Amino acid sequence: MFPYLPTTKAEEEAMLNRLGIQSIDDLFNNIPDSIKLKRKLDLEDPKSEIEVERLLQGFSNQNLNAINTPIFLGAGIYDHYIPSTVRYAINRSEFYTAYTPYQPEISQGTLQVIFEYQSMICAITDMEVSNASLYDGASAAAEAAFLAAEKTRRKQIIVSETIHPDTRRVLSTYLKYRGIELVTIPMTNGVTDIEILKKEVSENTAAIILQTPNFLGYLENMEEAEKIIHKNKGLLILSVDPISLGIFKSPGEWGADIAIGDGQSLGNPMSFGGPTLGFIACSKDLIRKMPGRIVGQTTDKEGRRGFVSTLQTREQHIRRQKATSNICSNQALNALAACAYLITMGKKGLHDVARLCYDKAHYAADIITESGKYRLAFEQPFFKEFPILSEFPVKKIQKKLLENGIIGGYSLHKDFPILKNVILYCVTEKRTKKEIDYLKQLLEEMA
Amino acid sequence: MKKYDKLIFECSVPGRKAYRLPTSDVPEYDLPSSFVRQKQASLPEVSEVDVIRHFANLSHKNYAVDLGIYPLGSCTMKYNPKINEEVAQMPGFTYIHPLQPVETVQGALELIAELEKFLCEITGMSAFSMQPSAGAQGEALGLMIIKAFHENRGDYKRNKIIVPDSAHGTNPATAAMLGMKVIEVPSNKDGGVDIEKLKTVIDDKIAGLMLTNPSTLGLFEKNILKIADMIHEAGGLLYYDGANANAIMGITRPGDMGFDVLHLNLHKTFSTPHGGGGPGAGPVGVSKQLTDYLPVPVIVKKDDKYELDYNRPLSIGKIKGFYGNFGVLVRAFAYIATMGAEGLKRVSELAVLHANYMMENLKEYYYLPYDRTCMHEFVISRLKNNPNGITTKEIAKRLLDFDVHPPTIYFPLIVNEAMMIEPTETESKDSMDKFIEAMIQIAREAVENPEIIRTAPHNTPSKLLDEVKAARNPVVKWEAET
Repeated sequence: MFPYLPTTKAEEEAMLNRLGIQSIDDLFNNIPDSIKLKRKLDLEDPKSEIEVERLLQGFSNQNLNAINTPIFLGAGIYDHYIPSTVRYAINRSEFYTAYTPYQPEISQGTLQVIFEYQSMICAITDMEVSNASLYDGASAAAEAAFLAAEKTRRKQIIVSETIHPDTRRVLSTYLKYRGIELVTIPMTNGVTDIEILKKEVSENTAAIILQTPNFLGYLENMEEAEKIIHKNKGLLILSVDPISLGIFKSPGEWGADIAIGDGQSLGNPMSFGGPTLGFIACSKDLIRKMPGRIVGQTTDKEGRRGFVSTLQTREQHIRRQKATSNICSNQALNALAACAYLITMGKKGLHDVARLCYDKAHYAADIITESGKYRLAFEQPFFKEFPILSEFPVKKIQKKLLENGIIGGYSLHKDFPILKNVILYCVTEKRTKKEIDYLKQLLEEMA
Repeated sequence: MKKYDKLIFECSVPGRKAYRLPTSDVPEYDLPSSFVRQKQASLPEVSEVDVIRHFANLSHKNYAVDLGIYPLGSCTMKYNPKINEEVAQMPGFTYIHPLQPVETVQGALELIAELEKFLCEITGMSAFSMQPSAGAQGEALGLMIIKAFHENRGDYKRNKIIVPDSAHGTNPATAAMLGMKVIEVPSNKDGGVDIEKLKTVIDDKIAGLMLTNPSTLGLFEKNILKIADMIHEAGGLLYYDGANANAIMGITRPGDMGFDVLHLNLHKTFSTPHGGGGPGAGPVGVSKQLTDYLPVPVIVKKDDKYELDYNRPLSIGKIKGFYGNFGVLVRAFAYIATMGAEGLKRVSELAVLHANYMMENLKEYYYLPYDRTCMHEFVISRLKNNPNGITTKEIAKRLLDFDVHPPTIYFPLIVNEAMMIEPTETESKDSMDKFIEAMIQIAREAVENPEIIRTAPHNTPSKLLDEVKAARNPVVKWEAET
């Protein structure tokens, strides 16, 4: 007997009797004999709970984790504080063992959570409509690009070199199948080159995709870009770090048409890069072109407020090949975490956490560049990440840090060949002054 | 408790807080004024007690697998083992960064590599990518690989994807999203692909065919070898939608049926929780001739060390950030380790036995359009004795009163008033009997007391909700009263 399989031999017999057959094998007579597997699968024997736990513990122990080791690595995935309330919410099995709320009358928990999630994504981005989540920040960019192409009936997307490189890769994978041209604008001084952007944007451009803070951690000023794209009647798609919205201008304030990003920072652990969630929010006039599920408010038969999946005629299970996207399962539980995070932090908390990141990152940049051995790659305002240039090979620095119990930053050379010996450091609210000072001390010891 | 109806915004009291951050131990730095947010986001202000009670109360308004039978066809709502949840939360899995030096994440890479091997063995494929976040993204990756395969041979004209009319909506939606043309083939009277009709749509522009086997009718496609031959002869490839793989583990393998590419839904067959709609994982497996097209990075083992290989010139590229929904992969790994070869086969055997048992008990009362041995699920249609014209939607709503989850309804589209029932192997006979009794009672009520069905649900946290109203004037976020 297996603990997850309640059917006993006697019950199996009873069911076989009801079916009038001798054995379970008879139920598989529809499968042609030539494709039946005539041997046992070559897997290990079943394991007890103790053995499974030990086996997995073995894998876990081989990984250096950020609880025991201070980490200064960001580049899209961040080691932020996760309040205990978030773990409580996502570990309630009434949420995590439910599925897509196909029956709203017995799914009000999930539906209201999504409605609140949508409300708070709209609140932090200053947009009018959010969906229930997408896979991650990269796929949110691809979906936003499709949305813009559909809305404008144009076939060109312009993207800045300064957005996350994985997002650029995912865009280039997806867009070509629909014949959408992807144009990349280079950076100058660590931010998007606005002059080149101005030259490239035309009445053929469906949208430009920009990111602030950008991949190098720098804040990008959207004022010019917004004017350029709107003058050409294209859309501004803005990718943002949701934590930064505690202190910095929102996509709505910049005049964006679509806000996107990765919501991992909102209460989700790093988890080796997934699962996270992608968020997408837009202006009201784009609602019928939105991908994925959207929850709307309504009333029940007795006039009481309730929530349902709405505008489902956009979706694959109704519209099939005419759907706005193929997405079905999304990242609902990660959106629940984001919802619980934003509720817990509230208005003031989101500000405080952003402020801590900002101050600590600036303190770190200050002391690291003090002696002159290291300097900022560019002089631009930044949020919680900053690129540091030195004469020391990246590998040597990383090795030194690791040997001394610190996970260092991200080497930018692979994604930006011109940025040799540049490391992108990230400092979140979780890093202490002591850890930052220690990082600086180790860097100073390089010779 | 089930009457709780507050939005968190309505619990907000200025000055309350639910978090505690450390006091800053560094100096304060000036903010660049032109970037500063003008108006703070209107988030609620609540205490920790408020947060916990809010979620606890909302959770009571949800039905879930941990509360009872959830026979949602094609979704495989099986029990989600608790040991999987525990191991997935080990710090060596949750607190690791995807860009850490590979030598510091060897355990994570080994786990993924091992899981790839397990899935290859279970499906008969040669290699897997763990990158897709869900089944639909797996389908997209699969079609990209098919396209890349053709184009690498200089064959650019293949732009048609054949999809049976019983397919999941994601199949045609995926093909369309990738700019491919969807050709639908009808089913025959046995619920299989109509071979004669298939012949008429095959030409040299066919990129491939997407098939779920067993189909969404819960029936095994007996002609699968023939279909595979037909598609391959025409130069196309065969895609296996693994949504229904719970029926076949240790019994037959898509690789042996002739499939070239497939995805599995780890959140279905491999017991990872559905999370209220995700996250799932939709790993994609390919046959030998397609391994070069898998997305980057590929995990490779060199001198006993795992590495990430980005240097794959034929790769389709990247479809997601980093390496996939790792947390989901850990749970699926734990499940396969727990069950082993013997357990997985038993899973599929019981899933099929249970479905047939339920079908046998219901077909007396409900019309069964395809009356043959089913696999892990089956589709019934309207009541046999239905003088008052009770609809499937009404039956589903009435079922809510019996503390069970209704089946998938109105799908597949080729069966009128469809109810698609998938009990899974983790339901006990008692639990299935309870569902059967509810269905039989409803059949009786349909004749004797149709009003009680039409006015259902009666016992749920919300009564029948007005979906038309929600769509007519969409309110999709909370608005502060002004």
